[in-house]
Amino acid sequence: MFQTFNANHVMFLAAAAEWTVALSAIALLGGFLGGAALAWMRISGLRWASGFAQGFVYVVQGTPLLVQLFLAYFGAAFAGLDVPPLAAAAVALTLYASAFFGEMWRGALTAVPRGQRDAARALGLREGPILRKIVIPQAILPAIPPTIGFVVHLVKNTALASVIGFRELTRAGQLVANATFEPLPVFLTVAGFYFLLCYPLSLLAQWLEGRMQIGVKINTKNEGVLQ
Amino acid sequence: MSFEFSGTFARWELFAWGALMTLGLSLAAMALGLLVGVAGAALRRSPILPLRLLVRAYVELIRNTPFLVQIYIVYFGLPALGLRLSPVVASVASMTIYAGAYLTETLRAGIENVPKAQTEAALALGLSTFACLRKVVLPQGLAAVYPALVSQFILLLLASSIASSVSTQELTGAANDIQGQTFRSFEAFLVVAAIYLAMTGLLRMALNALDRRLFSFRFVRT
Repeated sequence: MFQTFNANHVMFLAAAAEWTVALSAIALLGGFLGGAALAWMRISGLRWASGFAQGFVYVVQGTPLLVQLFLAYFGAAFAGLDVPPLAAAAVALTLYASAFFGEMWRGALTAVPRGQRDAARALGLREGPILRKIVIPQAILPAIPPTIGFVVHLVKNTALASVIGFRELTRAGQLVANATFEPLPVFLTVAGFYFLLCYPLSLLAQWLEGRMQIGVKINTKNEGVLQ
Repeated sequence: MSFEFSGTFARWELFAWGALMTLGLSLAAMALGLLVGVAGAALRRSPILPLRLLVRAYVELIRNTPFLVQIYIVYFGLPALGLRLSPVVASVASMTIYAGAYLTETLRAGIENVPKAQTEAALALGLSTFACLRKVVLPQGLAAVYPALVSQFILLLLASSIASSVSTQELTGAANDIQGQTFRSFEAFLVVAAIYLAMTGLLRMALNALDRRLFSFRFVRT
């Protein structure tokens, strides 16, 4: 009557892992756009834009992602929309990722020495080109390791989408665990899949961070400027 | 499409108890997690290679898998090994394991921040390795990473919402119960989101204010 946990189940989990990757990719893409917008708003000098971005980040980082997912899911129903779990999860995770990327990238942008902007302005560049050609290129490199680090965080957090019924890896794990009554091997396997997805990214982030540190050391030795 | 908060607000006691449980879970797991973190950070510096590798494996395994899956393993998986935990105990245990991994790395960074000469001087003065860690290295290490510890506590408090998925009656669990009674799901979760926001905001302020009191020596210029 009950099935035993077998290779077919592992294949089922692997197929569900594709949805985890897909959801992560959607949230990542959305988060990139949203994060860029928020970072720009923070450094734009426009008070309302900066205030809005600050408030948005404060709310997102001060409430649990799980509650945000429920709000997206039930909020859509409240508005009379029939939204599939994937859409609700994608919206919630996109907003979540936007807030974190926005803060991270704002930090990287403001870490570019002020003298660079002043010099560009003295040379007659306008604000747009200063941002595009002077500030952003110097901010990209230091922003890469924390960005990759957050991608790991994002992939892990897609697991919460299972709670609103989206059938990704964790939800598939629950289904298999219920069918087999063997939750321990099932969830260990699920954890293994997440580890395979996340660990290479973690290693990449760590390695890049190590490389950056070398850069900082050389930089401080030569210029005596530490950000 | 209009808001109807009366049923939700009428059940304010459930929110209050939930918030207390959230705070209790987070404090317990943070305290225990700090112990795990100190042990982990100390073992990371152990001369015995297998011990170092073990701590590293623990940290990487926990940091690269979702907390939700970890809590499922503890709550649904461990009974197969004869270890049946109540939702609250399972929640605190998984939160401790989870926080311990992150805190191991944070505290390691803090300990590395303390100049090696301090350890050498303490040992030369006849302090035992343990006393040196407790009285010389840890206070300075903790002071160095205190802001990071505050952030981690806030993140742990937010993560405690996931304990609701193993039926722990904390704040998010309270919202789940209330929406089941009132059928006003959106309202229940809006209220809970506001409570979380207030809790994290107040705690962040309070803990940052504590910084100066706890580690006054750091603010003394020599």
